[in-house]
This record gives sequence, C-alpha cells and structure tokens, in this order.
Amino acid sequence: MDFTPHTEADLAEMLAAMGLSRTADLFEHIPADLRLNRPLDIAPGLCEPDLRARVAAIASRNRAETLSFVGAGAYQHFVPAAVDALASRSEFATAYTPYQPEVSQGTLQAIFEFQTVSAILLGTEIANASMYDGASAAAEAVLMALRLGAREERRTVYLARSLHPAVRQTIATYASDLEGVVLREIPFGADGRLDLVSLQEEGIPACIVAGHPNFFGVVEDLRVASSWARARGALLVSVTLEPLALGWLTPPGALGADIAVAEGQGLGLPVAWGGPGVGLFGTREKFLRAMPGRLVGETVDMEGRRAFCLTLSTREQHIRREKATSNICTNHSLCALAFTICVSLLGPRGLQDLARINARKLRYAVGKMRESGLSEVFSGPTFNESVLRGPGAAERWEKLLRRGIVAGLPLGRWYPELGDAILLCATDAHRRTDVDRLASEWSAANAGRA
Amino acid sequence: MTDERLIFEGSAPGRRGASLPGDDVPPEITLSDLEPELCRPGTEMLPELSELDVVRHYTRLSQWNFSIATNFYPLGSCTMKYNPIVNEWAARLPGFAGIHPMWPAPLVQGALALCVELEAMLAEVSGMDAVTLTPAAGAQGEFVGIKMIRAHHVRAGRARRKVLIPASAHGTNPATSALCGYDVVEIPVGSDGLVHLGDVAPQVDDDVAAIMITNPNTLGLFEPEIGAIAKAVHEKGGLVYIDGANMNALCGISRPGDIGADVLHINLHKTFSTPHGGGGPGAGPVCVKKILEPYLPVPRVHRAEGGFELSEDQPHSIGRVRTFQGNFGMLVRAFTYMSALGGDGITRMSERAVLNANYLRERLRGTLAIAQDQPCLHECVFTDQAFAGTGVKTLDIAKRLLDFGFHSPTIYFPLVVAGALMIEPTETESRETLDAFVAVMQTIVAEAASDPERLTGAPYRTRVRRLDETRAARKPVLRWRPGTGTDGESD
Repeated sequence: MDFTPHTEADLAEMLAAMGLSRTADLFEHIPADLRLNRPLDIAPGLCEPDLRARVAAIASRNRAETLSFVGAGAYQHFVPAAVDALASRSEFATAYTPYQPEVSQGTLQAIFEFQTVSAILLGTEIANASMYDGASAAAEAVLMALRLGAREERRTVYLARSLHPAVRQTIATYASDLEGVVLREIPFGADGRLDLVSLQEEGIPACIVAGHPNFFGVVEDLRVASSWARARGALLVSVTLEPLALGWLTPPGALGADIAVAEGQGLGLPVAWGGPGVGLFGTREKFLRAMPGRLVGETVDMEGRRAFCLTLSTREQHIRREKATSNICTNHSLCALAFTICVSLLGPRGLQDLARINARKLRYAVGKMRESGLSEVFSGPTFNESVLRGPGAAERWEKLLRRGIVAGLPLGRWYPELGDAILLCATDAHRRTDVDRLASEWSAANAGRA
Repeated sequence: MTDERLIFEGSAPGRRGASLPGDDVPPEITLSDLEPELCRPGTEMLPELSELDVVRHYTRLSQWNFSIATNFYPLGSCTMKYNPIVNEWAARLPGFAGIHPMWPAPLVQGALALCVELEAMLAEVSGMDAVTLTPAAGAQGEFVGIKMIRAHHVRAGRARRKVLIPASAHGTNPATSALCGYDVVEIPVGSDGLVHLGDVAPQVDDDVAAIMITNPNTLGLFEPEIGAIAKAVHEKGGLVYIDGANMNALCGISRPGDIGADVLHINLHKTFSTPHGGGGPGAGPVCVKKILEPYLPVPRVHRAEGGFELSEDQPHSIGRVRTFQGNFGMLVRAFTYMSALGGDGITRMSERAVLNANYLRERLRGTLAIAQDQPCLHECVFTDQAFAGTGVKTLDIAKRLLDFGFHSPTIYFPLVVAGALMIEPTETESRETLDAFVAVMQTIVAEAASDPERLTGAPYRTRVRRLDETRAARKPVLRWRPGTGTDGESD
C-alpha cells in the first residue's frame, strides 16, 4: 500500500510534459556510480488489514496490562477523553511551524495559551513554546545559565545527586564539549533533600540544579537552594518531571528559581515508552533574550484584531546560525497542545484535587508497605513517590514481576548506596485495591512463595 | 468571522470540565507533613470551564489552521506529505501507548523488536551500518552526529577545530557545530547552485573535523561532486556528515552511505510521514558507519539471551541526550508507514516526489524564474525575477497564495537565491492539485503586473490579515495576565 495518487495516465502525461518517457529518466543526471542499482532490501508493502495485524501483533508482545508502581519521570494519570480527541485533530496534527501566521492562528493561539499555562504552573514571569522533554530542557537551562555567567567566568555547575539520573546524564552530554565547564555534585541528606552544608565548594558557580520534587519524590525546600545561589551570584535551575506536583506545590519561580523547567507528559500524554513528551521552560523576563526555543507573541493584524505570531526569532538558528542561543528549531507543539487542553479541562480545582489524590495515595501505599516490612529511607515530605527499603527487597521485587506486578524501580543501578531500595510511585491511576494487592503480594513473597 | 477569546478569558469560578477519579483512600490519611510554605494556595489563574467550553474553543482554533489535511502545503524542505491515519491508529494501541520507559525488558519486547526492525530499515535505506532512534528531532540528531564526530577525533588524539558548511545549508548546521565547540567555515556555493571540490579542497586540512553537507541540497539539486568531496575530506582524516533532511528524494535511488557519508540524520516527520504537529514532535534518527558506532548515544537496543534489552554499557558513547530512549510514538508511526510501503513502495515514494517536483518546475516555467535550470529532485526553487520591478516581493506572492487556499512555499531560503520561493509538492499530491496551484500562480504573477497593491495588501480571505510583527518583537507580550483583557476590538 502506498499513498500516491498517480494513475498510469497521470504518469505518462506528466513525464511527457517534461519530454521524458520513463521515471528512471528523472534520475539520469545523478552520476551512475552514486546510484543504488538494486531494489531496497526491505520486505514488500502490506495491505491495510495485513499491516494492522502485523503492528497489533508487535504491540501485543508488550505487557501493557502490567500493574506498575513505577514513576521515575513518566507518569500515568487520568486523562479526559476530550484531550486526545481535540489534540489529534488533523488541522493541528498535520500543520507545521506557523511561519504564515494568517493561516496558523489555531496553532499560534494554542502555543500562547501553553506559554501562559507553563508560566502559571512554574511561577515564572515568562515561558517558551516548549522543548523536547524534561531532560533536554534542563540541559538547555544549564547552557543558558552558563551563557549568562560567561562574562564573570562562571563555569561550575552544581547538580543535585537527587536529580533524575537521566537528567544529570543529559546535562553532562550537553556540557561536555564546553571549555572549562565543570560539573559538581551536591549530596543529599537523611531527609532526601539537598545537603548544601557538607558540599565542598570549588570554582565560580554558574548555577545550581535541583529537582522539585526530586528523583526520590522528596519535595525540596527550594528557598534554601535559592538563598545559597543568590549569595554566590549563581542562578537556581529547578527541574520538575512530575507536572501534577505543580498543582500542589508552591511553584518553583515563587521559591526563587531563576529558570524553571518541567516535563509535561504526566498531564495529557501517554507514557508511550518515554516519548514524545514536552519540556516546559520558564524564566525571568530580564533573561528573555538568552532563552532558547521558540516564542509566540501577541500583536494585532492590519485591521486591529488581536493575533499571534512567532517572535524574537533573532535568537534562533535560522537567523543567527552559529550565534544562536540553541540549535533547536522545533518545539513539541502537539504535545504542548495536549498538555494545555488537559490543564484547561482539569482547571485549578481539578488540578489541585488530582494532586492531593496522588499525595494521599502514596501515603496510603507507604503505610501498607510498612506493614509488609518496608521502611522509608528519607524523612523529607514526598509527593507521589517514595524510596523504601527492607529485607530481601530485590528478591521479592523479582517474584512480584513474575506475577505481573512491577513493585517500583530498584535504585541500585544509579545509587550503590541505595542498592537495596526501590522507588515506589502511587497515583490516581491506582485504585486502593491495587495498592492492597501490591502489599499482600509483597508479604506473600516474603513468606517465600514464588 | 467567529472570534474566540483566550482560554483564560471565558473562565467562570466553580465550573468544572473533568470528572476526576474518586479518592478511595481512608480519611485519616493526611498531608500535614509538607511545610505550609511549600504548599501552593491555588492555581487561580488557570481557567474554570465546562468540557463543552474547552471542546468548542480548541475545535474553533483548529479551524483557523491550514494543514495537510485541509490544504496543499508545499513548504520547501519540510516534506509536507500526507500523514496516513493508520499511523495514528498504531501509535494509540495500548500495547504501545501504555508501556512505561523504565519497565524491565521482558515487559517491552514488542517495543524493542520494533526498534530493531526500524533501525534495520533505516540502515538499508541510508546505506549505513548502525542507527540510533533516540534523537527527538533533526536538530538533536545533528547534535548527536557532530558530538560523535568530535568523540572520534578526541579518541584519535585531538578534537580538531573546524566544520565546513556550504552557504546553502540549513541554519541548524552552523548552530549545531557551534554548540559542539567547533568553528564554522562557510563554503561558497557555485553559480550553478552546487558545491564544488575546487571550493572545498583549499579549506581541507588536518584541522577539519568534518564537512556537513545536505544532499540533495536546499536547491533540490543532487550534489554531483559529493563523492569526490567526501574523498578529499577523508584523506585528511575528516569525517562526512550528510544532512538527510531531504531524503524523501533519494530512497531506493542513491544511498548516503554509498557515496561517502560517515553519519547522517533522517527526519522521520519528513520522509517517513509522521505528522509535523504544528512544529513537533518529530524524530531524528542518526545513522552511522562502523567507525562511529562506539559513540552512539545511550541507551542502545541489544540482542540478549531470550530477547532484546536496552543497554547503557557503552564506554565510548557520547552519553544520553534526553530523559528516555526516544520519541517512541513517532517511531511507531514511521515503522507502520515503512511497513505499509515496503521496499518497492519506499522507492516509488521518492520517484513520485521527484516526478511531482519536476512537473511543477516545468509547468511553472514561463510564470516564475527558475533559480537553477537543471533537473531537480524533491523540490524546485524560483527567484523573484519574474515580478521584479512591480513593487511586489516574494512575501507578497506567498501571502496572496493563502487567499486561494494554498499554503505558501518556503520563502527567502536558501539564502543563496534572491527572493527564493522553494516549492516541495511531495509524492502524495495529485496532478490536479499541482495544475490548480500552477493556475493560481499564473493569476498571481499576472496580478503583480496589473494590480500590485492587490498583492502587497494580501491576504484578504484568511482569519486575520497581515500582522504587525514588529510590534510583537518590540513590545513582547508572551503570555496572558489576569485583568489585561486585551481583545482585538478594544485594542
């Protein structure tokens, strides 16, 4: 099956209009030694029924029905049916970057609304049209902080050890070829929060990067990080991978974050094996011209009607080329749209209620797991994830996996010091009975039954 | 025309638009452990709306867009082909949409297998040895590609200093090189629109890390000297990055890997039909030759005992570039598309994309001035010469096209063409649509001579007329704020 409309008559007449007789004539000008003179070694095409059967068979090899308590940067929450119905409308999905604003007002206004929702949730003055995802947004934030600190030769970046490991890795990749830039780690304390007291300082800091909540689900007190940064002339970058937390927690901007980024997936998008998601990126108005990414601004048309267009693109690669603030040339517009629709449907009360349901579900789950022999590793307050440890956790985790339950994420791979611990996530997508089943299976595994 | 306020402006306190799951946790569980100062009092500025309010709002907004589903959208270099609906069906299967990125491998064997098959198909199309599906977009693919080139040189002793880039390149090429710490050396483009060995060779020394070259180039022309240029760069130890943004022209015709590429990225949202989404998400897989395979980003999909797994155990990898393994939803769509077309269909796709572009070029001859009068591939580029002296600019032609229901071509790019109009019809447009476009272009160019004001004032039939873009940049308003209450009539 292909999607070309050409009839035999079309082909013959179109070629004839160019004075050609065969399709192959179109490629005669390509030097013969640079041509592929054989068919592609790819299986023949499929009709739609066969195609769907084949794709569905592959999908069925994934165990989507698994009862999972893994969050760790990707979250399953209730999504109203209207979100996908609206965001998947072809008029949104099959448009491109709104270069011609007269015929792109739908996309442009939706992005303007997204920028507003982002700024409200992050508590920042402004926000951009979106980035690829949470980690790449965090990396761009660090690059921005380095640019802003360049004149004072601020080249040290402090990363919280409690940041999502993938976020730390991504920042390391983006910063690795920048001259003189040093990444240093901030340890975490017994409460799971930043331990700035035992930090060994070195170099002039450009920024400090902390989670909100952090990878352990612990809610940082960003006020502490902010005053630490301010005292040294550095910027505070906050990273939120669970956007629903922003419905409950004081926004990072209000706690002193100079650049606040987030992953938006949890509000309106499926987990989809990690992508696509959408990166939220907010900052102070005074940093506007150092900000990466697209921006939509409000203006008027020649008849005075309110209208929206891409703006301040002199920061961007297609104008500035090698002097651009970033090489990014797209955003994740369609994901940003789903996020905005989801937040609009939830509204302020819905967002807060849903967040509180999550926070309460986690506390219920921790209580049940405590009865099953686990204890919390950190004393700090959490949102919907918590680090737990207990005797034989690794073995029991394996046993539950064989019974169709993923009992959280084992942390040893990234944190040797937490080798026996798991990161457990409970959300509104879990019923209380799911949590009860987890706890009873965990206890049963404890008794040695396979 | 129906106006539509901002989503925030129709808010009514207390109105609800979502039916939340119940809170089935016992009431004695409290949230008192969080410091009150860290607890948000509310998100009052967010809108309070009914579901219908939201449905009507976004349905109306959608109707203000041109899109492939509603209009011919010949935006050059963007490959705005039809995005098959069956791809959307596939991406929404619970087996794909509902799987968590941190689950252990035994639960996601289907996803891993799909990646392995997609990697193999892309390797075959590109003539390369290994593929990463991780990059979120073409620009991130470029970043990954240049990082790998740098890692290769560093391991060989030193990073080198320069990346050579033709003047006709996309802006991302120089931006990416700078991001990776390289100086950009611009290579001039010949009067025939092509890059010549004679212009490259003097720049090639052992400080050149790579050349980044787009083939077919942004004029829609095959670079005939690309093989010789690649050889010259290789002789000095440099590597060749081919920007695969325009792969839609060449699938099954010519493979970058056979003509000297060491690395290239492919935009799945162009060549392999995943929707552009109003600017994303896309996906930018990167294909490499053996010598660069050790540097591919993590995680990578590996064959293991009893199935596939994700591995981060790559000592020379450039590292991780995003939170998880890739824009998987887009990978599913591209896989579905490539499976539907098959090897024969993929080749036919490129043949007909090239047929349509050449047909348009031939039919527009005499109406517009062709930038380079030689056979083109997937797109054809025209100059502003046909309407020079009328006071009408390329931008005006673009705006007038909107009145006739056609999206504008890419304009003023490539930079090496005066007042460029870059038209890429793609293979999914019918001859009738192309003919209709030609007829409209003839009308508009005639108008340029007879009634230039008609064009400089266009468009007239769109939802809004031309915008005051200077005002948007001079006094940036980047978000709504309560109480501002700006709507068009009163401003």
